[in-house]
Amino acid sequence: MTTPPPATVGVETYLALNRYTVDEEHAHIVLAEHPDRSQLEQLARVCPAGLYKVDDAGNATFDYAGCLECGTCRIVAGGGAVASWRFPAPTMGVEYRFG
Amino acid sequence: MADFDAIVVGSGCAGPAAAIELARAGKSVLVIERGTFAGAKNVSGGRLYTHALKALLPDVAGSAPLERRIVRERVSMLSTDSATTLDVTDEAMRDGRHESWSVLRARFDPWLAEQAEAAGAEYITGIAVEALLKDGDRVTGVRAGEDDITAEVVVLCDGVNSLLAQQAVGAARPRPDQVAVGVKQVVALPESVISDRAMCADGDGMAWLFVGDATHGSIGGGFLYTNRDTISVGIVATVSDVMESDTPIHRMLEDFTHHPSVAPILRGGQVVEHSGHLVAEGGYDAMPPLVGDGVLLAGESALMCVNAGYTVRGMDLALAAGQQAGRSAALALAAGDTSAAGLAGYRAALEDSFVLRDLRTLRRFPHFMESTPRVFAGYPDLARDVMRSLFLVDGTPMRRPAKEIGRIVRRTGYLNVAKDIVKGVRAL
Ligand SMILES: Cc1cc2nc3c(=O)[nH]c(=O)nc-3n(C[C@H](O)[C@H](O)[C@H](O)COP(=O)(O)OP(=O)(O)OC[C@H]3O[C@@H](n4cnc5c(N)ncnc54)[C@H](O)[C@@H]3O)c2cc1C
Ligand code: SF4
Repeated sequence: MTTPPPATVGVETYLALNRYTVDEEHAHIVLAEHPDRSQLEQLARVCPAGLYKVDDAGNATFDYAGCLECGTCRIVAGGGAVASWRFPAPTMGVEYRFG
Repeated sequence: MADFDAIVVGSGCAGPAAAIELARAGKSVLVIERGTFAGAKNVSGGRLYTHALKALLPDVAGSAPLERRIVRERVSMLSTDSATTLDVTDEAMRDGRHESWSVLRARFDPWLAEQAEAAGAEYITGIAVEALLKDGDRVTGVRAGEDDITAEVVVLCDGVNSLLAQQAVGAARPRPDQVAVGVKQVVALPESVISDRAMCADGDGMAWLFVGDATHGSIGGGFLYTNRDTISVGIVATVSDVMESDTPIHRMLEDFTHHPSVAPILRGGQVVEHSGHLVAEGGYDAMPPLVGDGVLLAGESALMCVNAGYTVRGMDLALAAGQQAGRSAALALAAGDTSAAGLAGYRAALEDSFVLRDLRTLRRFPHFMESTPRVFAGYPDLARDVMRSLFLVDGTPMRRPAKEIGRIVRRTGYLNVAKDIVKGVRAL
């Protein structure tokens, strides 16, 4: 009664439902070379697409392909762990069908 | 001679409104939108209060592609295992003056852009403005793709994640406590099922807002809007709070949609889209300057958004601010002075309109929310326990309700509750 039923579906499954044109050549978000671990952990919490991941050893992975272009990581770590943040190239990126 | 009288950056809510007024005044105006179509990059909750749309487009507002007229309001305090809900139906919600409709931006924004084109605005889509052209302090045009395009005045309507506001008026990047992150899913269900679950007729709909466990105690809330044949469900939480939360925001949404009080309305539905977007919530005091030489800011590029906890309102503000920006720009063009001084009438007009008045009225609200965490973690449990004392019966002899409720409230402290109420009322 006190714990809600476990949520089983991961965010990746949901991202797969979105329409994207992925720019394989250029990353529109670039991480710093040695990003600060605590900032990475903050990014993992705030990114609505769950694209920032930090493992127990502190290794970071980031995949810009599922980006929702919200800009939250720019607000949290622009100039820090996020070295550069731009819009994807023309016609690239997410294309909402509902919004 | 500049290429255009005016360039509008962005075709969300504010941009087309500005372009419509400029075109109506006979000015040449170019709108540049980075999405392949207007709306392709945009997300709201969303519920549109239609008053500003009607003021902008009195003849065609009725044919806008909106979803359902909101005739049922619900506000819930959510704890992990309960919801304490206020449910309001009121025929006044049908009154044209204050009606609101659920909306999907990838459908609404293209229509609004069409109205601007019909009024005479030119459009380029699929290309972002990368930088503003400047001559000293004066904005003289935009750089988009390979092209430099000049204008006597530029109207920045590029939304909350503006990469241009700094160059335009020196606006600092918003701080994490001045913006919230929104995450949302659209869930498809048959139209009649949605009507039944919302206890509404087809065409009528429900807005349902949540505080408390939706954000696992972070400052923010959950929302659920019924559309024609989809339901929009999501959460909005202050970025600085989520940064320190024990739950990532996407997981908060997953938990929220599986909450025992929320899951039944979504049951059997198919998630068809997962989206994310920022929302400005710093209020009046976080806004940057609204004009510079040759440039005006309208909508969320200037952080114009009312977040009163129980509701987020940015679209009607953006529509009205965009319309006013277009008018003020056209007047300045006619007077031959698009310097900051020539454009100063814009701010004055907004101060008189609901846009800056509402932002001023709720000026202290962001601070109240920050300094009253009990609204998000504490009161939902308190409400649940009071209701349990009234409604759970198991045959053990009852205690007097007044006594029992007193015991529950004492856990938080009468003084704390009284203080929070006074603070909340003052903030409003
Ligand atoms: C989760 C969530 C829930 C919300 N709920 C509600 C609600 O229920 N009711 C409500 O009224 N408001 C709500 N809002 C707020 C509302 O969506 C915004 O306030 C409103 O959209 C602001 O309008 P705008 O025209 O200023 O910006 P936007 O609508 O964001 O439009 C900006 C446009 O500019 C374009 N653009 C950006 N940069 C460039 C560039 N460099 N070059 C070219 N184009 C560019 C973008 O693609 C976009 O089309 C919500 C917001 C969110 C995120
Ligand atoms: S812009 Fe938004 S969705 Fe994209 S990586 Fe940053 S936080 Fe995640």
